[in-house]
Order: sequence, then C-alpha cells, then structure tokens
Amino acid sequence: MPAPIRLRELIRTIRTARTQAEEREMIQKECAAIRSSFREEDNTYRCRNVAKLLYMHMLGYPAHFGQLECLKLIASQKFTDKRIGYLGAMLLLDERQDVHLLMTNCIKNDLNHSTQYVQGLALCTLGCMGSSEMCRDLAGEVEKLLKTSNSYLRKKAALCAVHVIRKVPELMEMFLPATKNLLSEKNHGVLHTSVVLLTEMCERSPDMLSHFRKLVPQLVRILKNLIMSGYSPEHDVSGISDPFLQVRILRLLRILGKGDDDSSEAMNDILAQVATNTETSKNVGNAILYETVLTIMDIKSESGLRVLAINILGRFLLNNDKNIRYVALTSLLKTVQTDHNAVQRHRSTIVDCLKDLDVSIKRRAMELSFALVNGNNIRGMMKELLYFLDSCDPDFKADCASGIFLAAEKYAPSKRWHIDTIMRVLTTAGSYVRDDSVPNLIQLITNSVEMHAYTVQRLYKALLDDISQQPLVQVASWCIGEYGDLLVSGQCEEEEPIQVSEDEVLDVLEGLLVSNLSTPVTRGYSLTAIMKLSTRFSSLNRIKKVVSIYGSSIDVELQQRAVEYNALFKKYDHMRPALLERMPIMEKTATNGPSETVQTNGETDSTILDTKHLPSISQPASQANDLLDLLGGNDVVPIIQTTVPTKPASAGGELLDLLGDLSLTVIPPMTAYNKNGLIIEFTFERSNPNPNIAVITIHATNSTEADMTEFVFQAAVPKTFQLQLLSPSSNVVPAFNQGSVTQVIRVLNPQKQQLRMRIKLTYTHKGSPVQDLAEVNNFPPQSWQ
Amino acid sequence: MRGGAGGIQLFSMRFLLLFSRQGKLRLQKWFTALSDRDKKKIIRDVMQMVLVRPPKSCNFLQWRDLKIVYRRYASLYFCCGLEQGDNELITLELLHRYVELLDQYFGNVCELDIIFNFEKAYFILDEFIIGGEVQETSKASVAKSMEEADSLQETMEEYLNKPTY
Repeated sequence: MPAPIRLRELIRTIRTARTQAEEREMIQKECAAIRSSFREEDNTYRCRNVAKLLYMHMLGYPAHFGQLECLKLIASQKFTDKRIGYLGAMLLLDERQDVHLLMTNCIKNDLNHSTQYVQGLALCTLGCMGSSEMCRDLAGEVEKLLKTSNSYLRKKAALCAVHVIRKVPELMEMFLPATKNLLSEKNHGVLHTSVVLLTEMCERSPDMLSHFRKLVPQLVRILKNLIMSGYSPEHDVSGISDPFLQVRILRLLRILGKGDDDSSEAMNDILAQVATNTETSKNVGNAILYETVLTIMDIKSESGLRVLAINILGRFLLNNDKNIRYVALTSLLKTVQTDHNAVQRHRSTIVDCLKDLDVSIKRRAMELSFALVNGNNIRGMMKELLYFLDSCDPDFKADCASGIFLAAEKYAPSKRWHIDTIMRVLTTAGSYVRDDSVPNLIQLITNSVEMHAYTVQRLYKALLDDISQQPLVQVASWCIGEYGDLLVSGQCEEEEPIQVSEDEVLDVLEGLLVSNLSTPVTRGYSLTAIMKLSTRFSSLNRIKKVVSIYGSSIDVELQQRAVEYNALFKKYDHMRPALLERMPIMEKTATNGPSETVQTNGETDSTILDTKHLPSISQPASQANDLLDLLGGNDVVPIIQTTVPTKPASAGGELLDLLGDLSLTVIPPMTAYNKNGLIIEFTFERSNPNPNIAVITIHATNSTEADMTEFVFQAAVPKTFQLQLLSPSSNVVPAFNQGSVTQVIRVLNPQKQQLRMRIKLTYTHKGSPVQDLAEVNNFPPQSWQ
Repeated sequence: MRGGAGGIQLFSMRFLLLFSRQGKLRLQKWFTALSDRDKKKIIRDVMQMVLVRPPKSCNFLQWRDLKIVYRRYASLYFCCGLEQGDNELITLELLHRYVELLDQYFGNVCELDIIFNFEKAYFILDEFIIGGEVQETSKASVAKSMEEADSLQETMEEYLNKPTY
C-alpha cells in the first residue's frame, strides 16, 4: 500500500480543479483513501491523514469520521501527533458529541506532562472548547497550573480558568486563592491574562467585586508604569507600551470603580493622565483613549473629568479616520442620556455626520440625532432629518420615518408644523412608513380639529400628484371621507383654499379603487371614504352606483363592505347619517396607540364595525328614529349599538383597558331599572389610565317564569358626555334569575358633569314584544366626580 | 451557547475568520459551541456583508447582536465577531498583531503561505489568543514559543524517513 499523499501535495492537487464537481471528485477519492487508512489503524500516517482531512473540512466537506482519529493522535507520544490531534479536536469536536468526553483523560495526562508545550496544547484546547463536564473534571489541574512559576503555563492557565468559570460559574471560588499575587508578576502575558481573569470574576460576582476593589491602587501603579516607562521594544506599538494591557486594565478599573466613590477617586488622576498624554496620531492611541472615555463615563468621576471625556469624543468626531468617528458616535449614543447637555454641544458635528458617505456612520448619526432632539432644537433638527430622509438609503427610511413621527409628536411647536412634517414624510418616504403609522396619524389628524380643512386640502393635493405610496393614500382617503365637505366648501384658513367639486373628489377616490397601484387595504379605505361622503356630498346617485358595483367585487372584503353599504342605502337609510357621522376625538390609551374605536391594523374603524353587523338587528325603522328624538334632539348624542352578542371585544385595546380598570376607590353599585321582573343593576369601575372615563357594567336579571329573548339594551347620554356600548354577553335573560346578561358601557365625562342616562329596553317575553324607556338619574356621585 | 448560567459576557470574541476576496475560507476559529450548520450560515452571512463593503468604508458594522470588525490585508480579509461591550479599535490592533505574527513567522507572509501551512496559522493563533482573549502581548515571546514547539516535531532524519505530513 503506497504512502498516503502528502498534505501539501493534496492541497496543490485540489487547487488545480477547475470546477466544483472536479474538486468534489478529488476530495471523495482522497476521503476514501483516508478512510481505509484509518480502518487499517495505521499509526505512521494518521497525522498526515488527519491534517488532510482538516484541510478538506475547511473547504466545507464533512470530516466527522476523523473525530476518533483525533483522539488517537492526542493519545500518541509524538508531539507532532498531539499538535494535529488537538487542532483536529478543536475543529471537529465540540460538546455536542459525547465522543469529546474521551478527551478528558488525555488532557488530564497532558496537563501534567513534562514538556510545557504539551501542557500548553492541553490548556489551550480546554480553554477553547472544553465542555462543562470536562471543565468540572479538570478544574483542579488548571488551578494547580495557575499557581506555577512558569509564566508560559501560568498565562494559559489563567485564560483556561476564565473559560472554566464561563462554563461552570460555581467553580469560580476555587480559583480565588490562586489570584493572590497574580498582579505582582512582571511578565506581561501573565499580567494581561490575570487582568482578564479578575475582570471575569468581578463581572460575575458582586462579592468578588468588593473583594478585588483593594487591587485598585496596584492596577493604577501598573498602568502608570506602562505610561511613564521609556521605550520597551518587546511590547511597543507605535510608541505606546503594551496597549492591550493598558486597555484591559482600564476596563477592569471601570468595573471596580462603578458605583464606588473611593475607588473612583483613587483612579481619577491616572485617568486624567492617560486622557491627556496619550498620543492620538495612530489608531492604537485612540483605542486607549476610547477605553479611557468609556471608563470615565461609567465610574463616579468628577465633572471635570467627564467633560474631558466628552470633549475627547467631540474631537473624535472631527477625526479623519472613519473608524474613530464611528466609535465616537457609538459612545455618544451611550452617554446622551446621562450627559445630555454636554453631548448637545456637539450637535452640529453630529448632524454633519448624517451626510457622511459611510453607511455605518450614517446610521449611528441618525440614532444620535434623534436622541438629541428636544423642544428647543426641533425646527432645526427636523429640517436636517427630513433632508436626510430624502436622500438616505431605503434601509434607513423606515427607521428614520418612525423616528421623525415620534420626535414630531413629542416636540411639535404647532399643530400646523406637525401636520406639515407628517405630510413631508408621507410624500417623500410614504412607502417606507410602518403599518402602525397610519392609525397613529389618523388619530393625530382627528384630534387636531382646527386643522382639518388644511389637512384634507394638503392630502388631496398630494393624491393628485402621486397615488403609489400606500400609507399616504390610506391616510388621505380617510381624511377625504371624513372632511370632504370642508374640502369642497373651500374653508381652509391656513392657505389659499382650492376650488374642487364633489365630482372631482369622487373621481380621485374612484381612481384609487381601480388603480393597479392600490393594495386591497387601500381600496377598502377608498370605498369607505366614498360611502362617508354620501352624508357630506349631494351626489348621492353617483355614490350609490359605485357602492352597488363593488357589491360583486372579487375581493371579498370589498364585496362585503359594498353589500353592507348597499343595505344601508336600501333598508337603513335613516341610520346612515348617524353611522357616517364625523369621528369623535379619540382617546389615547395607555399603550399610546389609537383608542378602542380603531383597530390596530388601521384597516377598520368603528363605522365599519357597526355597519358590518347592523343587518342582524331586528328593530323596525321607526324606533330608531325615536332613539334619536329621545331627549328632544338637541342635547343628546345618539349612541350606536355595537354588534351581535357573540362577537368579542372589537380591538385588543379595549380588552386591555378593561383589565386595567382596577380602581382602588370602590363605587357602590346601583339599581337602574326594576320593572316587570326585569332588574338592571349597574356596577362601576374607574378607568385607570383616564379618570374621566367611568366603566359601567350592566347586569340584567329576570325573575319571571319565562325567558326574555331578543333582549336589547340601549342608552343615551347628554351631549357633554360620550358613551360607548360594548357587546352584550348574550341576548337572552334566563327566567328565574338563572343567569344574567352583562354589558359594558364606557362613559367619557371630561367636564365632570352629573351623569344621567336614558335607557331603552326591548325584548320578547312569552311570545309578545316588550319595550320600555326609562331615565336613570340615581348615579352615585363618585361615578362622575 | 454562552458560557455557563448567569453572568453576561459583554467583552468576548465569538469568532475569528480569514477569507479571500473570492469568498474562500482560509481559517475559522470559534469561541462558542455552535453546530456545523450554524457556523456555515454565519460564515456565509458575514462574508456576504463584508465582501460588498466599498474599499474606504468604516471597518466596523453591526450584524444581529454582534459587532463585526474586519480589515483587508492584500487578498485576505481578517474578520471577527465581538460582543456589544468590546472595544473595536483595540480589536483592529489585535487583528494587526496577528498579521504581524504571521509575517514574522513566514517572512513576508502572503495568502499562499496560509493556504499551504494552515495548521501553522492555527498554531500561531493559539499562541496569541485562547478562548477569545489575548494571552501574550510580546511578539518576541510568541516567536520563541513557535520556534521551540516546532523543534519538538520530528527531527530532519525522522522527517526524511517518515515524513511528518
């Protein structure tokens, strides 16, 4: 059997392959040869074969059949074998395979080998990929080597200990004694690894941290020596002595000084010294300065030192080196919360970085810019950010748009400015805004009552230009649906009102319906908007026509809407004005999203929710009119009853609000109605996020001997209140008090007026319909005060 | 994947990769336990990200929860993945130091040296870094260790009779 080909021979051969297939063929051939060689238990060439296998593994080919061979190599006496064996173990084995445990004994033996390089191999392998079990078994050996005077082994043992601690934190204690005089070493390798070990221990255990605080003076001394000592060729990097060690010491000082006045005080001077004396012409000096800045910001440093640190970062921002600028922006981002004013001073430099060509820097600059926006600089900053939004990569646009919306919401100097800013974002980056922006914007627009005319005009004009950006189109459709009357009547005060006819508006909305660019969601918005205009425009016939056409649309959602709107025209025309009325001001919930009346995907609004289920209500037309006329028409806002019994709460927000409504003040329940065996009790809760909202739960019980079916509860309140009725639990009130129907009413009472309510009950009892009206005036004072 | 329960590792190197402009892997060192599949995916993703960077870019980028620090030396990219708390600038120095050690050992090192002597590249790395942390900051010390360890390998005679590999 000829000798297996040499490693370098194989590498050369494989590199001549011209195609992937050719390479694969060569590899397969060689693997087969190696396999049979392994089977023959050939000791001489095992090393060579494993080395070749490792090369092929690096090319991406499977090499697991070599795992056991690595173990055999490790067990061999030849150093060459061990070297390759351990390398193979580190590359091919890991703790997932049980086979790795077979290494433990070999490593143990090698840790006690007479040759330090063998010991080194074992320490390195253990410190790189040792599993928890291996670490547990061998920790004692590592600890022994940590105390040796051989610096070659000591430094490796220290890092091995770090790995052991990471894998098995409980073993940390056992290394404590060995750390006693680690820092008195002269050897830099040992010093460096010792600092790493100490850092690891301090990070993991507060006890260790307090224990090691006493090392601060020693660390300061070592650092001082490094800085003050003359040129030392062995550790010099561009005129700086052992920057790696300096950085690690600074890091350890950071951990020790954090939250501790005495330690911070003890390191103050050295930090100032490093900060002022370090050479900044090369990267290495800046690396040390960077670490120093991080340390200064984290410990309890005196203000002068902090200002020094921020100024260093400020200088970094002006550095030609991109890396330095990037690192400065990252650090400033970390400190902007705690040292806001100091960072503000560098605002203009930071904003300039938005124009940097480098993507990483632009991103950091954007994040930092948003963090720096406040009430004073909002106008200027927004100008820069909007310009950035215009010109930045698509990857940034979504985040930038969201950031702008947030900043605008927090610091808008005026409502007009706010709307203008939103318009600008929608028109420049309209396709990139997040889905939840649409309902948020709708809520914002609704609540800016005096800007309605201006907003709808601007949005209309934007639509004329471009209908491709869906979020813009959706918000615009919604607004036109709501405020179309303001648009055609030319009521805008903020700018020159445009002349537009009803037909032109309907042209635009219908255009959205047929356009290829519109998504199904957008189409839904336009259809609803068109429907809403039926109560605001006079072109009723045109609208009816559109609605009836879409009654046979392929899109199920559109079809359903059209069918229901059609039904509105045909059977429930009297309800149409009420249903399609102007939206009230929306309450902001604790989650900062739109209130219960709008679902979080922005797709539906309450009118749609209502109209969807309207056909199932069986009351005759005239009674609805009665409801509207209840209290003389002037001072009543009629309420829309929502939904069929089995439908759950319409948006997650409502349910969350209900669950959050645990108030500490208990309001006594009251009986609102008691007649003919039907008792309706009201129980109260106060809405936690908003004390102006009273949550009333009605409990209807029936003491008669027959069920009350088709039970419907309706309520009306005076105009200063707003009321919302949620779904009832059922529409059958069982006989003999066997159960109850519950329903939740939410009343918004911002003016804190005395609560009064008129209720209307309809049900069928023993085959005949029953109807009753009643006034409820006995609300306990706590429910509205 | 991280070591042990509890304790957040803020300063830790997760991996070190060397690859060519054509996307060929020349060295991979992993400091956490990962499946082969995960490793391959990371290599693919990181390579893709780094290879498209324009020449004068910043040497740092953010990828998932890691900072990637990379530098190109002739035809080879030296690239490592760091945790959030790490100092990117000193990592650049670390990569540079590794290149210097290779250069010192091979004399004017080039990609071919690393291809044909990959095991030596690993051995040198293992004298410089263990478990993602620097173990020796003196170039001379690393050179000496390599020299002495090499001398423990078979003598010339043995080599000629039974070549090492």
